[in-house]
Amino acid sequence: MGYSEKVMDHFINPRNVGEIENADGIGEVGNARCGDIMKVYLKVDDGVLTDVKFKTFGCASAIATSSMATELIKGKPVAQVLELTNRAVVEALDGLPPVKLHCSVLAEEAVKAAVKDYYDRSGIAYDPALFAGLGEEDPHGAIEEE
Amino acid sequence: MKAYMDNAATTRLSETARRAMEPYYDEIYGNPSSLHGWGQAASAALQDARERVAVCLGADPKEIYFTSGGSEADNQAIQSAAWLGAAKGKKHIITGAVEHHAVLHTVEALAKDGFDVTVLPVEAETGLVRLADLEAALRSDTALVTVMTANNEIGTVQPIAEIGALLRARKIVFHTDAVQAVGHIPVDVRALNVDMLSLSGHKFHGPKGTGALYCRKGVPLRALLLGGAQERNRRAGTENIPAVIGMAAALEEATAELAEAGQRVAGYRDQLIAGLEQIERSHLNGARQNRLPGNVNFCFEGLEGESLLLLLDSKGIAASSGSACTSGSLEPSHVLLAIGRPHEIAHGSLRLSLSRYTTQAEIDHALREIPRVVQYLREMSPVWENIMKASNLK
Repeated sequence: MGYSEKVMDHFINPRNVGEIENADGIGEVGNARCGDIMKVYLKVDDGVLTDVKFKTFGCASAIATSSMATELIKGKPVAQVLELTNRAVVEALDGLPPVKLHCSVLAEEAVKAAVKDYYDRSGIAYDPALFAGLGEEDPHGAIEEE
Repeated sequence: MKAYMDNAATTRLSETARRAMEPYYDEIYGNPSSLHGWGQAASAALQDARERVAVCLGADPKEIYFTSGGSEADNQAIQSAAWLGAAKGKKHIITGAVEHHAVLHTVEALAKDGFDVTVLPVEAETGLVRLADLEAALRSDTALVTVMTANNEIGTVQPIAEIGALLRARKIVFHTDAVQAVGHIPVDVRALNVDMLSLSGHKFHGPKGTGALYCRKGVPLRALLLGGAQERNRRAGTENIPAVIGMAAALEEATAELAEAGQRVAGYRDQLIAGLEQIERSHLNGARQNRLPGNVNFCFEGLEGESLLLLLDSKGIAASSGSACTSGSLEPSHVLLAIGRPHEIAHGSLRLSLSRYTTQAEIDHALREIPRVVQYLREMSPVWENIMKASNLK
């Protein structure tokens, strides 16, 4: 398959696996039919992401991208979390095979869905454009068109 | 501890086969088409290999054509029967839903060239082709029926002799892809009533890049590769003598050991099946009877097969999966879908394929590690969480 050492490391020893009780935001994206679902839990204190956990059903790269995405956002201010891109996740993992790029898109979407849920729950106003298309587009389709 | 359980993908070369091949690299290296002594020695060895392969299959040596492997044999058999049928106005082909891609993609290509193709459904869970379905699909312009002897993913052994008898009576050409069967269960071309049969050397501890096509006397066969007169004008190209010798030696050995090894391997298979059935929400794929002695295939709900496969690899266990992610496509295995597994469950499949070299220690290792890895992946799976929540509500 040609996974990088970093992908294998984050797959075999994933960081931040689990759930957060009384999480401030939860995002779930993907679909079991396609073979991957990611669920991200956030704990926010004073606008800062103090804890993040994930649960993932999917292949090695789905687990590795979930792990890396949570590592990249942990401890950051929530507004900054929204700057996470799938590209950043892929780069941090030293690349993914082309057929697996959709996993990184899913990781980005799971994080954003969790932030949106946090905003909704805490009554924080936001520009809906920030989350435009979230959960609507099929990440498989999006990659195939590239 | 290591456990190689991917023998349906490929097998290790047997010591007997390797030794048989050695002289043909630097001693008897002539071209069988050459008239000098070097060439004639190679030609005699080739003829000897053909006879030995024929004996193992209950065939006549003149009915054996050596190829580069199972895929080539499938391609040649199907394309030949299709085009020779078309020349007589017959442009209908019947195959099954769980065939190997070497068969399915060849038939799909012929469909694009104007052939009419019927893909027979299979029985849920077992993957067996039903004779009644086949009989109902037959037409006056049916040129070829191709149904595999044993399935590469789920190990189901099809009722080939019965299908063959039905088709022989109607004079319809019958091909079977026996790549997973030869060397593992008794395969006798006369008893099976087949007109053409494909086999592959590396599936029974022979070298890779070898195969053969059996084509019954009187059934015409067209060449796929054109050029020299090798293989009685049915397959051009200088023969891969060492590999053919190795395949013949491996087949003889596998055939001699078949009864004893088959029983032992089936015992290991049944231990694995019994052990893995203890895992909750696991489903055996394929038939319980009519099953290859070395095949175990399960779906585990709530997890994805590639993760399972790679974690098992980290525990020294080589397996395979029919998940989308292992196939390089976005769809899970067509075989698992054809036997009625929904997509989300088909993604969580695991195939363990054994050989006569499999040991009890390997079985014990697999039975220790697989339940742990399944449990670990389920604990991090939101799908499993939902399955558990739903079952607690009931």
